[in-house]
Amino acid sequence: MQYIPNILFVIALIAGIGYFVKNIRKVIRNIRLGKDVDRSDNKKERLKNMAMVALGQSKMVRRPIAGFLHIIVYIGFLIINIEVLEIIIDGIFSTHRIFAFLGGVYDFLIGSFEILALLVFVGVVVFWIRRNVIKLKRFWNPEMKGWPKNDGNFILYFEMVLMTLFLVMNAADLQLQNLGAEHYIKAGAYPVSQFISPLFEGFSETTLFIIERTAWWLHILGILVFLNYLYFSKHLHIILAFPNTYYENLNPKGQLDNLEAVTKEVMLMMDPNADPFAAPTGDEAEAEPEKFGASDVTDLNWVQLLNAYTCTECGRCTSECPANQTGKILSPRKIMMDTRDRLKEVGDNIDKNGSFVDDGKQLLNDYISAEELWACTSCNACVETCPVGISPLSIIVDMRRYLVMEQSAAPSDLNNMMSNIENNGAPWPFNQMDRLNWSNE
Amino acid sequence: MSEVIKVPTMAEYMAEGKKPEVLFWVGCAGSFDDRAKKITKAFVKLLHNANVDFAVLGTEESCTGDPAKRAGNEFLFQMQAVTNIEVMNAYEIKKVVTACPHCFNTLKNEYPVLGGDYDVMHHTEFLKSLLDEGRLKVEGGKFKGKRITFHDPCYLGRANNVYEAPRDLLKKLEVELLEMKRCKRNGLCCGAGGAQMFKEPEPGNKDVNVERTEDALETKPDIIAAGCPFCNTMMTDGVKNKEKEDSVQVLDVAELIANAHDL
Repeated sequence: MQYIPNILFVIALIAGIGYFVKNIRKVIRNIRLGKDVDRSDNKKERLKNMAMVALGQSKMVRRPIAGFLHIIVYIGFLIINIEVLEIIIDGIFSTHRIFAFLGGVYDFLIGSFEILALLVFVGVVVFWIRRNVIKLKRFWNPEMKGWPKNDGNFILYFEMVLMTLFLVMNAADLQLQNLGAEHYIKAGAYPVSQFISPLFEGFSETTLFIIERTAWWLHILGILVFLNYLYFSKHLHIILAFPNTYYENLNPKGQLDNLEAVTKEVMLMMDPNADPFAAPTGDEAEAEPEKFGASDVTDLNWVQLLNAYTCTECGRCTSECPANQTGKILSPRKIMMDTRDRLKEVGDNIDKNGSFVDDGKQLLNDYISAEELWACTSCNACVETCPVGISPLSIIVDMRRYLVMEQSAAPSDLNNMMSNIENNGAPWPFNQMDRLNWSNE
Repeated sequence: MSEVIKVPTMAEYMAEGKKPEVLFWVGCAGSFDDRAKKITKAFVKLLHNANVDFAVLGTEESCTGDPAKRAGNEFLFQMQAVTNIEVMNAYEIKKVVTACPHCFNTLKNEYPVLGGDYDVMHHTEFLKSLLDEGRLKVEGGKFKGKRITFHDPCYLGRANNVYEAPRDLLKKLEVELLEMKRCKRNGLCCGAGGAQMFKEPEPGNKDVNVERTEDALETKPDIIAAGCPFCNTMMTDGVKNKEKEDSVQVLDVAELIANAHDL
């Protein structure tokens, strides 16, 4: 009988981590549905980028208030997880405060966890106020209705509850220590919970024990639930920000990628020795002609899909987008959210049917409209500002490519511009022979 | 307006068996747009003034393909690129300067993979290098003490991280350089990029160029300095929209330097 708590703990731990791993494998599987793109170069620069941007939060602090609060929550999250290690060991082996032998170091650790827990709590409350009371515009764009709005708040509530449980647990523990209760050795410093502890003054040892154990269990179960919540939430960025910044495009932002399939055809057209009547041979005849651009998530590359899962819907991109600021329906954040939602839909389809069965839907039109795509000025403001290195622009360009090269569905003004370039080498209808006229006008 | 300036072509250089120091890529706007032609001429005057041995492609130049690529027409872009690269490689071009950030970005970043590898500079970078080498004199003239704000072109700034060259040049003119609340990497687009120049905007509640002009006018400038023919058009239209064309001018950095001393 005495081992029941240990067994329950181990079961909860295995179930919690197991389900999380299962879902993470789905995320990886879905990201791999994307086309190949080589990002194996420049390992040093990539590591540096990851260290600066993900670990060092260098782009977060470009907006000082949100950046500062985010760093507190982020450091709190990282440091307080050391405590989780102790909780896990205690849970498995029925020990209590296994690291207490560290003495002064332990006091310091617990003391700093408590201060961080308080700071995290305050930070999260300010975040909540920014979303729900001050109502910062970027949290109230049309794409933030319903689930995305609730999701953002749920995460904040989760963190508030977890921090409270941690402090209540310590407060009860401190009382038990002072009462000299069995098991509750005197260890740790409690700079924050010592002020909660007086609330439990005069409680019996049993009551305190129940409070301490309940807080302990809810804290660790809460962490496991939160871990599993990530997959269903925008909150995956706490993990994916690292690979996402590592695999970020390191080329100048103005450089759009080159479509190899097009290069092959263009070189063939330009080759005076090419046989214009040659029929495709061998593999070429068998192969399905390559699709140009993207109309669905599987036409995008895996980095773009990783981007979609990494997006935490902060909306900095949308708040700096010139099209969005002037009332157009384009929102770079929505591009990322749509890509992720469609990718999840495709993934669920595969889970259900074994392999993808056409559902009559695609990213283009069912999620992202042509009007959104054509409103982009390709100014790179969204890419520049993203704190985790996402490029909504690359998806917009790939979808424009599909519209133009597969569907000839460009706005008519652009068709005029393109036929001018084709016919006379300029976007306007001027004769190429007149190119130097300016010099003697 | 009739003023003939000497503009040698690559074909002429070739005929004489010579090679210029740098190819001046004029671009479509610089060749055909009435407003941009003035920028082209101002820049040519500066090149002559600094004794730069340059040439243009003239009728052999064709659109870089930038607006086609940004509109999604990779075929047309690559056709343009490969044709231009063939011409430039035949002339064994090593160094290119252009007054258009879109041409600059495309030539610099998107031509190498197609076989066109050149040392490409934006005209503000090139003028800055002439200044540093002591070949070009830039000092306070007509614009000394004037309030000037510089609008960062997206394709020069964020796209290629060139923020200081145009500012360094303006400072040399001893102007009062004012920064807009959104500048450098946070600079707001003028609304022309990504092929928007050639189409009507999608429905919204404002035009991007008006929004950006408001940023500029907030600094109470005498002059809005630009470094891109398209930004120039957009900002000029924005100033007209705000009925400020009598008090605020929109000028390219090259024009400012050339006009400062009535070149």
